[in-house]
Amino acid sequence: MDLYGELILEHSKRPLHSGLRDGGDAEVHHVNPTCGDEITLRVHLDSAGGHAGGDVVRDISYDALGCSISVASTSMLAQECLGREVADTLATYGHVHAMLTSRGQDAGDAHEIGDAVALAGVARYPARVKCALLGWSAYLDALAQAGVDIAAVRS
Amino acid sequence: MRGGRPLVYLDSGATSQKPTVVLDAERDFYATHNAAVHRGAHQLAEEATEAFEAARATVAAFIGADSESVVFTKNGTEAINLVAYALSNAGADGALDGADPEAASRLRLGPGDEIVVTVMEHHANLVPWQELARRTGATLRWLDITDDGQLVPPETAIGHRTRVLAVTQVSNVLATHHDLTPYVQAARSHGALVVVDACQSVPHLPVDVQQLAGGGVDFLAFTGHKVLGPSGIGVLYGRPELLAAMPPFLTGGSMIEVVRMEGSTYAPPPQRFEAGVPVAAQAVGLAAACDYLTAVGMDRVAAHDQVLMRHALGTLASRGWVRVLGPAEPEPRVGAVAFTVDGVHPHDVGQVLDDQGVAVRTGHHCAWPLHRRLGVTASTRVSFGVYTTTEEVDAFVAALDTVPAVFGLAV
Repeated sequence: MDLYGELILEHSKRPLHSGLRDGGDAEVHHVNPTCGDEITLRVHLDSAGGHAGGDVVRDISYDALGCSISVASTSMLAQECLGREVADTLATYGHVHAMLTSRGQDAGDAHEIGDAVALAGVARYPARVKCALLGWSAYLDALAQAGVDIAAVRS
Repeated sequence: MRGGRPLVYLDSGATSQKPTVVLDAERDFYATHNAAVHRGAHQLAEEATEAFEAARATVAAFIGADSESVVFTKNGTEAINLVAYALSNAGADGALDGADPEAASRLRLGPGDEIVVTVMEHHANLVPWQELARRTGATLRWLDITDDGQLVPPETAIGHRTRVLAVTQVSNVLATHHDLTPYVQAARSHGALVVVDACQSVPHLPVDVQQLAGGGVDFLAFTGHKVLGPSGIGVLYGRPELLAAMPPFLTGGSMIEVVRMEGSTYAPPPQRFEAGVPVAAQAVGLAAACDYLTAVGMDRVAAHDQVLMRHALGTLASRGWVRVLGPAEPEPRVGAVAFTVDGVHPHDVGQVLDDQGVAVRTGHHCAWPLHRRLGVTASTRVSFGVYTTTEEVDAFVAALDTVPAVFGLAV
């Protein structure tokens, strides 16, 4: 079936940057209570920017137990966000979220969300949107715990 | 369904589809007898009350009980919570005043007492007991299962401190149909209350509350929507002498005897446990479902389930990449087959099946501790109803056979 494209299978079988690494500013544990999927995720920020949102994501490390959609989405998140300014990654989240909740109207733009465009098909299956957002919700929560103001993307 | 495929509904363990007679019965009640039950002196109110109480008699007879011992609730979960909350309410000052001393003594629970459940319970027959233990200071213990899904012997958890045994008759994941006799006898020998979750047994098996486990049980709960009935109605059977001694769970209108500003007294059961305007149309619909099943014959319903079970297990057995949870033989199983596929998450299995019109349940099926015990995060479950056919089981297996290739796995 077309939901499970090559990119999703590749990311889910060999998730990028997975494993929990030492150091970091916050660690969170999120579960999807409907299926029991779990993720532990750490973020490590470099506060070199000096302006709001200017922190750089030095590392995102995680231990994810879940379906191919949730693991692939988390892998794509790490791939896309590592080394970028936090504010930019929040913008990426906005694009991914918009695509996933569009019921198929928003195909996503690879320039903005990278490999996550492969998740566009998930939007046709409302029950799976939560799977694709599990890693992102953990990431946002970890940022918040690290002191980043995420009110703008949460609203 | 998606792609114009016919629906293959194999999720009756979550909720059953409804026969026309059930929809008609509800519609007929609303169209011609609708009024608030147990209120008003007008003709419609009398008709509604009559229909509601006739439905109670039908449902009671369906499980071998008397009308007075059957309480209508919102669902199976509320039926179990009703018992759990009545037990903690029994600890309040004066709550058991005037109650039969022997029955009252069985309702008291405190520190040092033990509540026994099993590791395979649905959350609905686990969390209410965790909470009751927390409120009363009692201790929660549980019976383990063997690796093939059978309960371990009673004495591993049931003892002289046991005050409550809460156990499912049929596991909603393992599908194991347990002979509860030794567990109920052990509990009874210590004076403990026995609460049976019958949500997965009543739809498939003849159940008689006075014969079950060799001498009956104290409480038995099931839900209407899994047994061809409407949603919004559940059933609690309780032994008359226990219901008579029990304080209420929900309070308000309908369940009172005399109300004064200083305090109130309560109606006898079952009204004492049915606060508010009763769920009349749903009760009428559930009674129609019971009549339907009685006309088919519960022995035939059970035999049909065995045919499906034998067929499903037999077909899956030749697929080495499928791991069936619970007993490998059809005989002790009822209603469902939960399984895992090597290398593929259950959500993904369910997605591929759904894409081919096959509706199954994926996840932990509200039995998270059981899945942990089995060493799996989640599973995929097909479950049967009276209307399920072996052709539908074949359609499921054909769809299942496409799963490994979608995920690039060789089998």
